[in-house]
Amino acid sequence: MLKLYDVDISSRLLLGTAQYPSPATLMDAIKASQTEIITVSLRREMSGSKSGDGFWGLLRSLELRVLPNTAGCHTVKEAVLTAQMARDVFSTDWIKLEVIGNHDTLQPDVFALVEAARILAKDGFKVFPYTTDDLVVAERLLEAGCDVLMPWCAPIGSAMGPLNVHALRSIRGHFPGVPIIVDAGIGRPSHAAAVMELGFDAVLLNTAVAKAGNPVSMASAFAKAVGAGYQAHHAVMLEPRDLAVPSTPVIGKAVFT
Amino acid sequence: MANVLVKGAGVAGLTVAYELRMRGAEVTIVDPCENGNSTASWYAGGMLAPWCERESAEQAIVDLGLSAADWWEEVLPGLVTRKGTLVIAPARDVKELDRFAARTSGFVRIGEEAISLLEPDLNGLFRKGLFFEREAHLTPRRVLTELKAVLAALGVQFETEISATKTSDFEWIINCTGMAAADPALRGVRGEMLLLRSKDIALSRPLRLIHPRFPLYVVPRSDHIFMVGATMIESDASGPVTARSVMELLNAAYSVHPAFGEAEVIETGVGVRPAYPDNLPRVVKTENHISINGLYRHGFLLAPAMAKQAADIVRKERRVSRETDCERAGL
Repeated sequence: MLKLYDVDISSRLLLGTAQYPSPATLMDAIKASQTEIITVSLRREMSGSKSGDGFWGLLRSLELRVLPNTAGCHTVKEAVLTAQMARDVFSTDWIKLEVIGNHDTLQPDVFALVEAARILAKDGFKVFPYTTDDLVVAERLLEAGCDVLMPWCAPIGSAMGPLNVHALRSIRGHFPGVPIIVDAGIGRPSHAAAVMELGFDAVLLNTAVAKAGNPVSMASAFAKAVGAGYQAHHAVMLEPRDLAVPSTPVIGKAVFT
Repeated sequence: MANVLVKGAGVAGLTVAYELRMRGAEVTIVDPCENGNSTASWYAGGMLAPWCERESAEQAIVDLGLSAADWWEEVLPGLVTRKGTLVIAPARDVKELDRFAARTSGFVRIGEEAISLLEPDLNGLFRKGLFFEREAHLTPRRVLTELKAVLAALGVQFETEISATKTSDFEWIINCTGMAAADPALRGVRGEMLLLRSKDIALSRPLRLIHPRFPLYVVPRSDHIFMVGATMIESDASGPVTARSVMELLNAAYSVHPAFGEAEVIETGVGVRPAYPDNLPRVVKTENHISINGLYRHGFLLAPAMAKQAADIVRKERRVSRETDCERAGL
């Protein structure tokens, strides 16, 4: 069982809710993924909404745990303000903290991230920081009061999959007791399985499912891949060898003449 | 002969009024707003682009929208421009064209030369594109105004309000009021748009710019005006356009052609599109009420098909009428 800020979670797949062809497809994809946590981004326009329901009303009807995010924030102040608004709108102290440092790569501004994490953790938030695979930044985030880490494996929406396996191994190895969720950059189920095989605790996806030809079927494929990767890691995999090793003995064969 | 009240003078209301009148009904349209600028239709792009829409919409949208251009051409001759749609991507996002192509059909892949033959002003700016030759576009505000004139000439009555007692005199009431219908299954999807004016650039057809985070189109209007749209925000708030949306729209227009940097911004607008959870339209009959709603971002594309369905229910000859429609369309 995965424990995130004292909450037990059985699904190791977290799903984002943006960019689906329709809310109906999104709802079906969420069900097919068996996720228990969905991320939702707060748009300022929501507060001006007459009914305020619509899209958010549909998501609420699923009765899942919501992880609001601060997507699109570029400064500490913006991110903190958005987190506070999200706490009111979604009635949760969980926040996926995203502070973007570069517009093209959507790379996190790790300095602002650490600062915002410190402010929010002090304010009682349970912070899920979206960060790079940098080890030192991860350490600073833990010091700032985060109990969970969310490193990228490639830029958001890039679908490139794990680019720096060495860095991912290293971050996993250095913080064995910390729940680490690989967030961003996963394009296909094999990518999700690969990072789970490295021993990560969970995977967060959005575009890979939302923009798939059949999002519902893809959600189910990812659920299986995440499960397979997790199971494989705990079953202890073979390390690659240089030489062929026959799976059946080649000597002492019975001879039929 | 049925006596019908149509509520709402957006694209859904006007098209169903026309279809009903053609079937011999007496039609009254009621809309509190006389000039039409409170409807989502007023802020629409007016693209009749079923094949492009397939990128993010279901096949049903293509099927329902295929005959839309013919319908508009027949009702309002000369107001439909059939020059196709050009889909382009900046060099950085050119890979996204393949994704768009994989999800759509009815296009040809074209290179730099063919792009500049279609749109000489784009010469040298884009190396790859998709050309959807069979698509068309129209100017929503002109079309809505002209369609009202056609309806008035056909004897359709226009009212700004109708008392409850008078409402009960009608045999049928068709509700085409979009978000105002207060259907709990509906949600609003806010769309923001700009009108730019530039004499430095001329385009013949809608351009869709592929961008990984923000799909955008530029539709040429008359008098050097271009419509740039449209955002998609899950909200029914109809307040003014935000600075961020203006920035994103302008930024994208600028990346289509640097000349847009010098254009005049002559209007910003916001429409709230009514949508059901599956983003598909619905015609629902309850006793003598029919609701046409959920046209979402496809108003001008889907309204004719929805109008026919509703008008056929009123005439209770749905099957017969559909066959004649097919004959008329030569299917």
